[in-house]
Amino acid sequence: METAVFLIAGAFALIGALGVVLNRNPVHAALSLVMTLFAVAVLFVAQEAHLLAAVQVIVYAGAIVVLFLFVIMLLGVDTAENLEVEPIAGQRPLALGIGVGVMTLAVVAVAVIGNGATGARGVTAPIQPETVRANVQQVAEVLFTDQIVAFELTALLLTVAVVGAVVLARRPEGDYQPAPESALDQQRREATESIENAAETVEETAEAAAEADAGVET
Amino acid sequence: MIVTTSWYLILAALIFAIGAVGLLVRRNPLVMFMCVELMLNAVSLTFVAFARDLDDIGGQVSVFFVLVVAAAEVVVGLAIIVAVMRRRPGATADDLSVLRG
Repeated sequence: METAVFLIAGAFALIGALGVVLNRNPVHAALSLVMTLFAVAVLFVAQEAHLLAAVQVIVYAGAIVVLFLFVIMLLGVDTAENLEVEPIAGQRPLALGIGVGVMTLAVVAVAVIGNGATGARGVTAPIQPETVRANVQQVAEVLFTDQIVAFELTALLLTVAVVGAVVLARRPEGDYQPAPESALDQQRREATESIENAAETVEETAEAAAEADAGVET
Repeated sequence: MIVTTSWYLILAALIFAIGAVGLLVRRNPLVMFMCVELMLNAVSLTFVAFARDLDDIGGQVSVFFVLVVAAAEVVVGLAIIVAVMRRRPGATADDLSVLRG
């Protein structure tokens, strides 16, 4: 059972990861990222880390990827990347070579030498089966006792991040520059102008007609 | 065929390598950020795999902190990208070389 789950979820995770790198459109890359995140959440469930799976879906897929998509839409950078330009000569093949090399090394090391763990059981907080004690309870117990200092520092980190984001996103006063006219803006402006011209023509015609009427009456 | 910890570690290594290559190859700062997320996820997977292998819930707690740091990093990073893109629309990572001291 776990083998099937691992193979399917692992395949999806790899497909999604490749999609992030290979998709030229950032929106598609973000959607591929969602696939990988969900697959990793499934792998968390397979390893009985139920709380983490839920948090993974809520925080990553629900918040972080939405933030990514929001920024992509806001900036309008959802255009494909130009692959012709290569500022650093030979960067891509070199990166690919290094990546494949390191990956092969890691995979071979794990497969041949083993995972490097001593195999000694954890003594501080052994994992109890879900039937005995809920996964949430076990994580919470360690989080709020052994790791309490790190947990409090997390609050500080999040505050700093929020303040930083606000400061960075704020425009300095008097620094407002209108955005350059986009194709849509141009269409809009032209449409407005043509409507105004049409209205003027209608008015002129009406005036001319009124004058003509006045001429006929006298 | 039983799934051992090594299988998870190999999968995590593959995802990490894909993310690392993407970070080196892509030039759109947003996509580079996504690749960083991939790498963080690969590490999370390793943590959880070892937590089960070594029977210690501490590994799962560590993933919690990885998640928080990733969230904070994305918030600040995206704010920087928005600030840069506002000045020069369509900037790539290469354009940011003007930031050098």
